[in-house]
Amino acid sequence: MTDVITRTDEKTPAPVLPVKGGAKDRWVRRAPLLPALIFAIIVTQVPFLVTLYLSTLGWNALRPGQRHFVGLDNYVTVLTDSRLRAALLNTVWLTAGAVIFSMILGLGLAILLDRKFVGRSVVRTLLITPFLVMPVAAALLWKHTILNPAYGLINGIFGGQTDWISDYPKTAVIGTLVWQWTPFMMLILLAGLQSQSEEVLEAARVDGANAWAIFRRMTLPHLRQYLELGALLGSIYLVNTFDAVFSITQGGPGTATTNLPYEIYLTTFRKFEYGEASAAGVIVVILTIIVATFALRVISSLFRMEESR
Amino acid sequence: MSALATDAPVAVVAPAGPRPANRRRMFNTVWGIVAWVAGIVFVFPVIWMVLTSFKQEQDAASNPPTWFFHPTMDQYAAVFDRNITPFLLNSLMASIFSTLLVVALATPAAYALSLRPVAKWTDALFFFISTKMMPAVAALLPIYLLVKQLGMLDNIWTMVILYTSMNLPLAVWMMRSFLLEVPREVLEAAEVDGASLITSIRKVVLPIVSPGLAATALICFIFAWNEFFLAVNLTATNAGTAPIFLVGFISSEGLFLGKLCAAATLVSLPVLIAGWFAQNKLVRGLSMGAVK
Repeated sequence: MTDVITRTDEKTPAPVLPVKGGAKDRWVRRAPLLPALIFAIIVTQVPFLVTLYLSTLGWNALRPGQRHFVGLDNYVTVLTDSRLRAALLNTVWLTAGAVIFSMILGLGLAILLDRKFVGRSVVRTLLITPFLVMPVAAALLWKHTILNPAYGLINGIFGGQTDWISDYPKTAVIGTLVWQWTPFMMLILLAGLQSQSEEVLEAARVDGANAWAIFRRMTLPHLRQYLELGALLGSIYLVNTFDAVFSITQGGPGTATTNLPYEIYLTTFRKFEYGEASAAGVIVVILTIIVATFALRVISSLFRMEESR
Repeated sequence: MSALATDAPVAVVAPAGPRPANRRRMFNTVWGIVAWVAGIVFVFPVIWMVLTSFKQEQDAASNPPTWFFHPTMDQYAAVFDRNITPFLLNSLMASIFSTLLVVALATPAAYALSLRPVAKWTDALFFFISTKMMPAVAALLPIYLLVKQLGMLDNIWTMVILYTSMNLPLAVWMMRSFLLEVPREVLEAAEVDGASLITSIRKVVLPIVSPGLAATALICFIFAWNEFFLAVNLTATNAGTAPIFLVGFISSEGLFLGKLCAAATLVSLPVLIAGWFAQNKLVRGLSMGAVK
């Protein structure tokens, strides 16, 4: 308890600390921030403004000298293009599939790891390992040594001739992503589980609550914001999935696994439709902003909790 | 002695006593076994990758799978023959220099957002995180055109700058969460004692945050090392990084499984080691410091 009290004392002043002194003092405070801020603005905001500008141009790099202003035409093209709509839908499928399954598995594993048993830290190390394998290496590993119809591990052990990648392309991509992202979810949820007050849980046990009731009534509500955080951060990272699609399916068969990043990549570097690619990019940013607004809300609520603790 | 004397009769008189504890212990053992099985299942593809990398190509591509074999280093030798070294060096350069730059930019920034906060520190903090959420695809084309204009395509310094901006928000948030752990009283005491800003940073702040600094650097290193999207679009033969080597490697002749696994093991190894070391801080970095 004393710990909690002292921490409140030392942390709450930060946000309300009035900036005293004149302009000089304010600049002294700002100085350490400026290099990072300016760097971030130049490298991330300027390209985006250029993207906005490019998205209003009719510009195919294969036809030089034909750059002209077309207003919102690219947006109309992009939004009415069936390929892009398919890509949008695929993005939703791949992201949702990967996030939901890795979340469920991650929760299960986090609950297992929240108990004491022999070699717990070893098991935790084993479980985070998939997350650390280079994504491209993981994708190629799954494609060639595990899912391959002729000599893949799955058909090798269980028999059969199933060509997993052609027959179930989405599942193959999602499976690889789930394998890589489950550790991420597990780590966040495990941190959530371990931040539960052991005394309160013990009190509930003494009062005769059974394990399931404790889990449903106490653990899950406590975990809610960690689940939200995991889902949102996971979505932000996974919406941009490129490595797995590029290496496992090349967006195929047909367009079965072409998601937005891959489609924009094709539009830019295979079809050279710079204007359209930019418009698609802007649309992706808008979609990300929608997801990110929720994410920021969750993060800032965790953040406030931490400040007031 | 008296403890022994009182313990013994209890055990004899009430044999029912230890039973719930026993049951719980057994319960925990069972769940421990389940956890071990889950851990092994999860890590198995990695184990399989490493095993395959030590096989001859015929064994690597056999069906049913080969479990027992004479380990060989042939595939690793082949991978080095195919000249993986420059790619590894490029990755190393891009990751290390961008990490150094990130830490150099993010640490002062985090300081100005935590210990001596600027007026609108929340706005700045959320600006940084919002840049992290912007998908790279949206910025790729202008970056590509600009880099091409500047003649910096396929140049490792381009990657250093881009990886720096990619990791900057993460590092700012993470460093901020570590800097907040510096007790204010100690800092103030140092100031009262007449320590200059530099001295108090060196003597008070740094020793407390240096593990955090190391963890931040490791996580930035991991993300830079694994990055593929920007690398595949902006680099080729000169500045190609390790993931580019892996991809280029596939489209080649005949049996390649063993060599692929050897190459994949090699390129994954630095991050595996970095990640195992940083695992206690991993979650904090991945959640931008929101989860401890």
